[in-house]
Amino acid sequence: MSTLNYTKYMEGMKQAVVVSLWFMFLTFPIMVIRVNTIENIIEWRWMNMLYIGAGSFILSFVWRYMSGKAISARKEGIGAQGGRKSYLQRLVSEKRLSLPSLGIVAVIALFFPFVSSIYQTNIMTTALMYVVLGLGLNIVVGQAGLLNLGYVAFYAAGAYTYALLYHHFGVGFWLALPLGALAATILGVLLALPVLRLQGDYLAIVTLGFGEITRLVLENWNEFSFGPSGISGIPRPGLFGMEMGMHDATVYLYFLMILLCIITIFVVNRLQDSRIGRALLALREDEIACQAMGINKTMVKLTAFALGSTWAGLVGVIFAAKTTFVNPASFTFLESAMILSIVVLGGTGSIIGIIIGALLLILLPEYLRAFSDYRMLLFGIIMVIMMIFRPQGIVTGVRKTYEFHTEEE
Amino acid sequence: MNPILEAKNLSMNFGGLKALDRVDIDVLPGQITALIGPNGAGKTTFFNCITGIYSPTGGDIFITPPGGRQKRITGINIHKVTESGVARTFQNIRIFPDMTVLENVMIGRHCRTDTGVLGAILRDKGTMAEEKAIVARSYEILKKIGLKEHVNQLAINLPYGAQRRLEIARALATDPFLLLLDEPAAGMNPQETRDLEALIISIRDEWEISVFLIEHDMKLVMGLSDSVYVMDYGEMLARGTPQEIRQNPEVITAYLGEDVSA
Ligand SMILES: Nc1ncnc2c1ncn2[C@@H]1O[C@H](COP(=O)(O)OP(=O)(O)OP(=O)(O)O)[C@@H](O)[C@H]1O
Ligand SMILES: [Mg+2]
Repeated sequence: MSTLNYTKYMEGMKQAVVVSLWFMFLTFPIMVIRVNTIENIIEWRWMNMLYIGAGSFILSFVWRYMSGKAISARKEGIGAQGGRKSYLQRLVSEKRLSLPSLGIVAVIALFFPFVSSIYQTNIMTTALMYVVLGLGLNIVVGQAGLLNLGYVAFYAAGAYTYALLYHHFGVGFWLALPLGALAATILGVLLALPVLRLQGDYLAIVTLGFGEITRLVLENWNEFSFGPSGISGIPRPGLFGMEMGMHDATVYLYFLMILLCIITIFVVNRLQDSRIGRALLALREDEIACQAMGINKTMVKLTAFALGSTWAGLVGVIFAAKTTFVNPASFTFLESAMILSIVVLGGTGSIIGIIIGALLLILLPEYLRAFSDYRMLLFGIIMVIMMIFRPQGIVTGVRKTYEFHTEEE
Repeated sequence: MNPILEAKNLSMNFGGLKALDRVDIDVLPGQITALIGPNGAGKTTFFNCITGIYSPTGGDIFITPPGGRQKRITGINIHKVTESGVARTFQNIRIFPDMTVLENVMIGRHCRTDTGVLGAILRDKGTMAEEKAIVARSYEILKKIGLKEHVNQLAINLPYGAQRRLEIARALATDPFLLLLDEPAAGMNPQETRDLEALIISIRDEWEISVFLIEHDMKLVMGLSDSVYVMDYGEMLARGTPQEIRQNPEVITAYLGEDVSA
């Protein structure tokens, strides 16, 4: 027993040494060498190398220890998982608990803009936009199992649809909303048609490229999209031609987003629980068997991809209306990564999880301004930790199975 | 009688390996046809070619639905084969583990229904009626197959024999005229095998669906089949009634050995 532990310990030690050597080597050019341009000499900061070596050695050791624990915990947990529901799951699935908590959430949502500042209402509106984006992307990633890293392209499609239609033809928000969704959906179908043959990593890379290409086109095709300077002066959504001040407009947009959230949850729920939703689930469970049941794999995946894009288009139009200005800088890969993080953090396939994920990832950084420089770093760390300790997300999606009862019984 | 399934000169090469070598097979309507042969003979490969999982490297496949016209299905998509009325089960069970038994069978109804995204969202009368019909039909099939008690259970929790039956139920839900079964009795105990035999006969006689099965259990094959094909090393060795196959000297030396006459 103890010899076994000892060899394991030595093994970990050896690997930690290798890791720290690698790190010292990799960071050598930036951490050790410094060209002092004033005195024109090269400084060799050997102490830095020592720090990095020691730091990465310790981190690697801790890391190995933690992930070893996580794996053994997961192994033990497999048997127990079936019966027990987490508190959150019970909150959602049991009427006795879900109705009152839903009421509380509704009241908070209703009064929020009247008790908080414009600034806070604005942030909340943004968070709600990401809720919808997360739920949309979840149709593609969570339900269809297609890793889409270029989701931002469809978001941009919606935003630019409104911006351009307004700029050239004076089209208003309410007409632009369905048109933006339509444009994003069409773009989704156009992308999906050729790339759906690809799987896993390949699909991820192609969609990533697609997102970046879309941004580059917007940045460089001046005649079409007005390049990096973008399009400004886009009107906020109107309400029967009423003139609204800054405050009212913000509150109005907030309630618009609440409404869109409710619609999204409603639609996503119904889709999940339908013929198409079942087909998507079956496709994820066993692709060959699913096709042998007469399901057209390409059609079903295409539908999911397009449906996901629709939501991005809708939110894109709202984004343009909210900021009254669009330019390509709003549609970088980081945006796609952010939305994907929401889905992964919240739990693929769980609506409540994604709502929580969006609120956490959007609201926390806003209220923790001090950390803003390390935002991406924090994201990365959170993602890695999630992948190791809770790959199913904050909330594990419990699918509502079809309960069948006959009259005979 | 015109064959409902016809394979002509069907070949399938994997690199240098000839898994199927110019195979001819006819399946007649209203019959139970069996395909036997030693391990690695190419039986599953044959099913995979017919159902579009593999694209054959040579030859042709035709189907003639009862009362319909002949149709060439060589190399078409998997789901199109099922849509055309040829359903199958798999040698290594491929149920949808995390779906309930009923949901598994409901998936089989997918290709015979057509609610789209809009219907799913609006849940209009037509959609709800269709959904109800899917459930009713799926339950009816499960009842006939004898899985009524398990409807709301997750498929993964079923005992092995029941999982095999579920696969058959799911295939039947696609309204096939021809059912392909790849070693349906594998891993079953004698009682389960007897039940399966009765089920296959009822599929032919009551459901009026022709059956084409691959099976290693000689007793089952010989007792059940109207016609038997024997395959070895990708080539068709013999065809005939069970009686003829039993007495075919070539088959006996290549495959059956002595345990058939016993
Ligand atoms: N996808 C594939 N790639 C390469 N070789 C394959 C492939 N599928 C089957 N084979 C080969 O083709 C031959 C026939 O295999 P097949 O699975 O059809 O045999 P079988 O008659 O079903 O055998 P069993 O009774 O064991 O199920 C085998 O030699 C197998 O290794
Ligand atoms: Mg086989």
